Amino acid sequence: MTMAPESGTDQVGSPRLRKEDARLITGQTEWTDNIQQTGMLHVAFLRSPHAHARITSVDTSAAMQQPGVVAAYSGADFADEQGSLPCAWPVTEDMLLPAHPPMAVDEVRYVGEAVACVVARDAYSAADALEALDVEFEPLPAVIDMESALAEDTPLVHEGSGQGQGSNKAFEWPMAVGDVDSAFEGADIVLTRRYHQQRLIPAAMEPRSVVCRPDGDAFTLWSATQVPHIVRLMLAMTTGIPEHKIRVIAPDVGGGFGSKLQVTAEEVLALLLARRLRKPVKWTETRTEGFQTTHHGRDQIQDVSIAADSDGRIRGLKVDLLADMGAYMMLVTPGVPILGAFMFPGIYKMDAYSFHCTGVFTTKMPTDAYRGAGRPEATYAIERIVTELADEIGMDPMELRRRNWITHDEFPYTGIAGLTYDSGNYEAATDRAVELFDYDGLRAEQRRRRESGDPVQLGIGISTYTEMCGLAPSRVLGQLSYGAGGWENAAVRMLPTGKVEVVTGTSPHGQGHVTSWSQIVADQLGVPFEDVEVLHGDTRVAPKGMDTYGSRSLVVGGTAVVQACDRVLDKARRLAAHMMEANEDDLEFSDGRFTVRGTERPSTSLQEVALAAFAAHDLPEGAEASLDADATFDPENFSYPHGTHLCAVEVDTETGQVSLRSYTAVDDVGTVINPSIVDGQVHGGLAQGIAQALFEEAVYDTDGNLVTSTMADYTVPTAADLPDFTLDRTTTPATTNPLGAKGVGEAGTIASTPAVVGAVVDALRPFGVRDMRMPCTPQRVWRAVAEAREAGRSEGGQR
Amino acid sequence: MPHIRVTVDGVSYDDQVEARRLLVHYLREQLGKVGTPVGCDTTNCGACTVLMDGQSVKSCSVLACQADGHDITTVEALAADGDLHPIQRAFHETHALQCGYCTPGMMMAALDLLRDNPDPSDEEIREGLEGNMCRCTGYVNIVRAVREAAAVMRATTAAPESESRTTDVPQQVVREQEPAPQAASGGASS
Ligand code: FES
Ligand code: FES
Repeated sequence: MTMAPESGTDQVGSPRLRKEDARLITGQTEWTDNIQQTGMLHVAFLRSPHAHARITSVDTSAAMQQPGVVAAYSGADFADEQGSLPCAWPVTEDMLLPAHPPMAVDEVRYVGEAVACVVARDAYSAADALEALDVEFEPLPAVIDMESALAEDTPLVHEGSGQGQGSNKAFEWPMAVGDVDSAFEGADIVLTRRYHQQRLIPAAMEPRSVVCRPDGDAFTLWSATQVPHIVRLMLAMTTGIPEHKIRVIAPDVGGGFGSKLQVTAEEVLALLLARRLRKPVKWTETRTEGFQTTHHGRDQIQDVSIAADSDGRIRGLKVDLLADMGAYMMLVTPGVPILGAFMFPGIYKMDAYSFHCTGVFTTKMPTDAYRGAGRPEATYAIERIVTELADEIGMDPMELRRRNWITHDEFPYTGIAGLTYDSGNYEAATDRAVELFDYDGLRAEQRRRRESGDPVQLGIGISTYTEMCGLAPSRVLGQLSYGAGGWENAAVRMLPTGKVEVVTGTSPHGQGHVTSWSQIVADQLGVPFEDVEVLHGDTRVAPKGMDTYGSRSLVVGGTAVVQACDRVLDKARRLAAHMMEANEDDLEFSDGRFTVRGTERPSTSLQEVALAAFAAHDLPEGAEASLDADATFDPENFSYPHGTHLCAVEVDTETGQVSLRSYTAVDDVGTVINPSIVDGQVHGGLAQGIAQALFEEAVYDTDGNLVTSTMADYTVPTAADLPDFTLDRTTTPATTNPLGAKGVGEAGTIASTPAVVGAVVDALRPFGVRDMRMPCTPQRVWRAVAEAREAGRSEGGQR
Repeated sequence: MPHIRVTVDGVSYDDQVEARRLLVHYLREQLGKVGTPVGCDTTNCGACTVLMDGQSVKSCSVLACQADGHDITTVEALAADGDLHPIQRAFHETHALQCGYCTPGMMMAALDLLRDNPDPSDEEIREGLEGNMCRCTGYVNIVRAVREAAAVMRATTAAPESESRTTDVPQQVVREQEPAPQAASGGASS
């Protein structure tokens, strides 16, 4: 048997190298597209070239004659069994929820919508045969822009379905707290701004891919998904195939960022094709196909008003939001802006707040979760407008924040939007960031450059953000009309040899759960880190779970792991007491060993107890022969990471070029399990938030064609586009889970966009520039300067 | 169909390939070398980068028949006899990968960069890897990894036969260091 090696404690907080890496760096990977099955067929989809059109005929007969083709189908061929793609978040009772057939039957509503498919012996033949599909369309008017979509007499996106009811308005969702009117009426200053959240493409590096194999009357489906459990449930509900006959596996998954938090047309159709053809089928998107048809993110217009006293005290906030749903409601499409509703007040105290969101249908790819999902939008608006408020008052934007934020001695604090922030210390994070960034020094340099009329101006952007994550308390999700809960499950099994298997319902795709969960378990059970195996991402292996999104995995899933460990130890203590002929209450457990308090008696290791449980030769009365336990944790509250991000940019006022000079992020994500993994999450989050600020935009033309449909046009930043970052942390542990963790997956993205755009605007403030549309491309920046100069609004930036 | 003779990761193959078949598809589908993934259809992402006669190429922009007579090295041949290549070790030790999808291409591109410039500055690393996208890491640790691998590789090639250094990647494996992490059981703590 295995004796307990050195202690496993003190793993938490240590930058352990990742267990995941060994396979990934040697190419021993299992991406879904790597999977081969005997007799496997390949699927290709014919996609709508029109933003909006009636399908008048589909003829698959010529395609059927192409070499290698096994079958070809139209949407009508699956009309009776394909159901409607699910939306799990009907945010209001009267929300329009138009049918969304996986393969269009009568009408298409965005460019890229699947219309027909070909199944062939290899992927090249399937792609070739698409040419031979004969589909006729009768074009209908495209509806691209949200404001015109809401105008009278605008063509309807869903007229043909009879579900448009005379409007492209999908829902209205209002909320108001406090006396908003009097907050604004009595205010010294009211500032109103309109901010645009451009449409973004999540662009995980691994394209979507799905393989489905029929196994008798059951099916195994591999998918590049973040949410195997949700996919399984929804496939069952969509197709009527019983849930217990569907096994979903998320093998190695190459990033998601929300884009793989979805139940897709291709997953449903792979399942139905496998059932119909009795053969394994595979579909993998091309990048262009993916940009057109993997859900997009953001796309909101925010009208924001803030009311304040002349000393900078914020009295109230009003937010009126237009949110572009795209053509259909996908899994959480309408819920994304609603998640943001609670975050607009940010870290600030105020007397009144109102929020109103209108969801709008357009003939574009549906939007849905993208890293941060609702919270980056809210944080952007509040962080931008408080900076503008400071400017209006003539106060340093940091000082204005200090006057309004919740102070560390006020926690727990229930903010105006009704959330109770359990813990935080905004002063500490800000003080540290200001010091690391050399805020005062950079302000001094900025003054010098402004005074000398330097063509390269320096701008400083501030984001003192918080966010709500750790999704989510099931009770709250229910109140918000979400269709499921937010709990997470884990199982911990002691094997006879003393090794440990941990089963988690979270589904990592780059976050390093295997490593972090091993650290947690090593500490909890006092076993070596190496002795822990973490299993996930397969509904047969990990039958219960709510998967990975919303910075929830550690906060919710990690807590379930801790609770399962506690239960294993409870069982072990009972058995150990029996083995050691001692009273349970007299046992102490530390470093993986039970000792009898106050005696010199030899200790018993957890591994010895595990073997005894397995052998079961001498168990205490009523004990079972196992040292296994599982636990389901449902959080009481969200968690609230926060921090202060400071960005310095240099803006060449002659060329419009923006260069990131320095970026300092001090985050408080509570207790950290693995600092390198946490830093990595912040790095990647920053890159995506900065990308929204400076580089990325999904652009549709007026006909509804996605102009940025390749990686050449949609400019995901490369190493050459980004700087190094200065990171640090402050730690106020969360009080709402035993780990004290707050979540870190989205924080960097949420925080960084306003810091960067704020810096660009700050650089150009002397020219009279007060806002800049994202992304702040050289052309936009140059034009803003030129227009400001023309308008003669310069206040001295040029001599 | 064209007939090609190509060496991939030290094994030579004699194959019939469709004239239009991309090298990356030949590697993945005909040879089962699925360690090299595909990330785009416009030769922008670099996920598919391999070495052809020691120089990095995007294997989605090369036809399989163009590889005729050439020597291809993929990520799968970097570790020799279980010893990680310094670039692999550096990616692991600096946490330069998260999902790992870009990693094979990133490492192969980095090797080409280091062949040209054994001691690059951070700026040069960033510019040199411009053809490879990563959506997870923000590149910070990738730059660190390349810098650290460069230092190890310089130290190794400073050894006696350094002048005859070839572009054959596996020869640069360092063997004197601690053993590689075994299978899935992870690396040493740091
Ligand atoms: S797959 Fe070759 S560059 Fe993207
Ligand atoms: S590690 Fe995921 S794309 Fe680079």
